[in-house]
Amino acid sequence: MQGDKLTISESELKLRRAFANGLEISEESVNETLQYASTPGWDSVAHMALIASLDSMFDIMLDTDDVLDLSSYPNAREILRKYGVQF
Amino acid sequence: MKLLQDRVGWITGASRGIGKATALEAGRLGARLILLARTRQGLEETAVEIEKEGGVRPYIVVCDVADEASLKAAFREVHEYTKRLDFLVNNAGILRDAVIGMISSKQISEVLQTNLISLIQIMQFAARIMMVAKSGSIVNVASVIGRSGNEGQVVYGASKAGVIGATKSAARELAPQGIRVNAVSPGVIATSMIANIPEAKMVELLHTIKMGRLGQAEEVAKVICLLASEYTSYVTGQVVGVDGGMWL
Repeated sequence: MQGDKLTISESELKLRRAFANGLEISEESVNETLQYASTPGWDSVAHMALIASLDSMFDIMLDTDDVLDLSSYPNAREILRKYGVQF
Repeated sequence: MKLLQDRVGWITGASRGIGKATALEAGRLGARLILLARTRQGLEETAVEIEKEGGVRPYIVVCDVADEASLKAAFREVHEYTKRLDFLVNNAGILRDAVIGMISSKQISEVLQTNLISLIQIMQFAARIMMVAKSGSIVNVASVIGRSGNEGQVVYGASKAGVIGATKSAARELAPQGIRVNAVSPGVIATSMIANIPEAKMVELLHTIKMGRLGQAEEVAKVICLLASEYTSYVTGQVVGVDGGMWL
């Protein structure tokens, strides 16, 4: 609708930044299709850098089970919700 | 400028022996420390000694690394306390000697959990913090027994050989992230851990040490601090023997 403006939450911006930093890609390249082991560059080593980046960005400490479960960009959003992050 | 001036370091098993000696040495060298052990009293004593010698009062975390819930709580506590970690000294360990036919499953689990599994979990955690800064040094405390083996120390030897394997593998994985991982391999060091060795066995042991004497915890601590520091910025994946020539 004309005049309506879609706003991106601060958490969403932080999530994008965390993915960009962790996977060493541009923020523009971060999108809903990013997937562990399918997206070029998102391998097991990059995954740990991504986890470190998420921990740091949201000031949390992901449990090991969540580290292992985190497998896509949308899935990261769901996991972060468990830690009180609102999108 | 001191060797570890303002470096943030975490030392496990810091209430006695090599861990305590390392905490005191690192404190003298200017590090800001987080100390972990099972009992508060020993840690408090270490902290007081560090302060007396002009060091910064360390942050204390009481935790039994063999207890997974306790370890997770310690991770949360350390993460809340600091978002920066320049070095980790993975020293917590136990000794449960028994000949191969007399080893219980409980003993195997206890030793492997304390000496190896928790060491890997602590490395995982530390690496996550270090990755943000893309730098850091991890020093694992192995043992000459992990290289040579010893009668009555099948489980202990296995755990320390595991420490060496974990060190080398982690070094390969973490080098691209700017994180170095090394191990020290102490020989026979004069700490409470060797207090129960019978005299005849001790004489036999001394014959295997080329320098002809026991090592002191402070001598191991100095090598650990060197590996933790930037003086060894191009050293990773190494196992440094501190054993008076026992393993050559």
